[in-house]
Amino acid sequence: MKILKNLLKEPTFVFGSGLFLLTIGLAIFGPYIFTINTESVNLPYQNPGAGLILGADHLGRDMLSMLISGLKNSLFVGFMAGTIATTLGTLLGVYAGYKGGILDDIINMVTNLVLVIPSFVVLLLISASLEEGRSLQLIALIIGLTTWTWTTRSVRAQTSSLKSSEHINLARVNGASTFTILTKHILPYLLSYIFMVFIIQVASGILQEASISMLGLGPYDSISLGNIMNDAMKNEALGDGVWWAFIPASMLITSIVFSLYTLNTSMEGVFNPALRK
Amino acid sequence: MPNNEIIFEGKNLVKEFGHGKTLCTALKGMNFQIKEGEIVTLVGGSACGKSVLAKHMLGFLLPTKGEFLYRGKKITNQRDHWQDVQPIFQDPFSAFNQFYTIREQLEDSFNVFYKKPSKAEVKKRVDDALLAVNVQPSELEGKFPFELSGGQMQRMLLARIFALKPKVLIADEATSMVDACVRANILDYLMKLKEELNMTIIFITHDIGLAYYVSDRIFIVDDGQIIEQGTPDEVALTPKTAVTRHLLDDIPDIHKPWIVRKGHAQ
Repeated sequence: MKILKNLLKEPTFVFGSGLFLLTIGLAIFGPYIFTINTESVNLPYQNPGAGLILGADHLGRDMLSMLISGLKNSLFVGFMAGTIATTLGTLLGVYAGYKGGILDDIINMVTNLVLVIPSFVVLLLISASLEEGRSLQLIALIIGLTTWTWTTRSVRAQTSSLKSSEHINLARVNGASTFTILTKHILPYLLSYIFMVFIIQVASGILQEASISMLGLGPYDSISLGNIMNDAMKNEALGDGVWWAFIPASMLITSIVFSLYTLNTSMEGVFNPALRK
Repeated sequence: MPNNEIIFEGKNLVKEFGHGKTLCTALKGMNFQIKEGEIVTLVGGSACGKSVLAKHMLGFLLPTKGEFLYRGKKITNQRDHWQDVQPIFQDPFSAFNQFYTIREQLEDSFNVFYKKPSKAEVKKRVDDALLAVNVQPSELEGKFPFELSGGQMQRMLLARIFALKPKVLIADEATSMVDACVRANILDYLMKLKEELNMTIIFITHDIGLAYYVSDRIFIVDDGQIIEQGTPDEVALTPKTAVTRHLLDDIPDIHKPWIVRKGHAQ
């Protein structure tokens, strides 16, 4: 509660969370406010006008409907990828950092290996090799499995510095098991940090999905913000001056990612009092 | 007091950290015996190896070379070891988990025992222990570690010992942060507990004055070796090494006449 009060005093937090809630709100409540219809019922690239607030795309589908469903899917991919990456990274990092020894060395080596392989290239290769069945879930899984490394590294570093703290020794002489120490005596100290990492992972998940979808390797058969951009690119929207085919989608991506990054920065100031102005 | 079982024994105890160029030898061949019921104080300057020795006694570290025995056996199972041997840590500020109340953590201490006492007994023992360190149990209700001062937290660490009643106590700078009056109280209570349980106490300090007051024997530790051991009077009145003389010189003047006077009286 006190933390929330402190956070609400931070203007950047209010701005970031406001913007983020607005975009989430559009994805959740959009279908109740506007009628969603992603069938081709209009003229190709029909101009925005009455009843068609943002015009139509190259197949005559209502752009606003496309955006709302695309936003929902993009957020889904972002959250799923972020959850996978944060969970995996935290578990490996906490365990390696606390246990040390040969297991730490192995986890460290694997992390460093995955870290130096550019994850986006892996993402491209996997996506390109899967012609059929590129579902939203699969794309999210691939993103999650290629971006956990930074979390592991930073969580591991934080854990090993916590490990030498005396309260861990006290927990040990109190007879606490490794599991209890990790969950009761290490994770609570890292929670605010992990939450911030999660936000960044969600943002980068959304960005990565948009990037590969933009290249035409995104989820098959589903609408996502990146797919909308890809359609616009393939169908000469830029050359024809059809701004409504790509500007709203790119604005949405930018505002989600920007709001998440702003949230992260504002939280850093509250959770880490040394950075407070 | 003599003729008791030997609690700790070090035979040419060596502990090294790192390897190659970064090799650091913390303990350079220590030989000593500590008997049951004794109060031994390890005195030495910073980074002399006394805390590393304490970690061996707690079973946190194993020797690189040589032998370190507890009741004639090597320490293999830490949990077994902690049934008997419990510490008071040096830094009270980081000794408690700040996400749980002090009370909860004191009661959690009993988890170390294979046979945990009943809830009511745990509560009673914690209450008694708190009273022993001059803290009203009601004052502590719902308090988190960061709401207490350094001295109070140190008393909580002591209360933990009073509640657990271990057979061996390793006290690393246990009274560095409490005021003189409370310190005397705590020492008195520790002595009472010692009589009651025939507890062995290992104090670790750089204050030779305190060591003189409480110990049966004093070990002077310097550069990873025990350079001198003996009764307080032997060490304080006929120091054999320069390091000991140096440590004695550094006692605040207020202690000095007392030692000298006692020395003359003998």
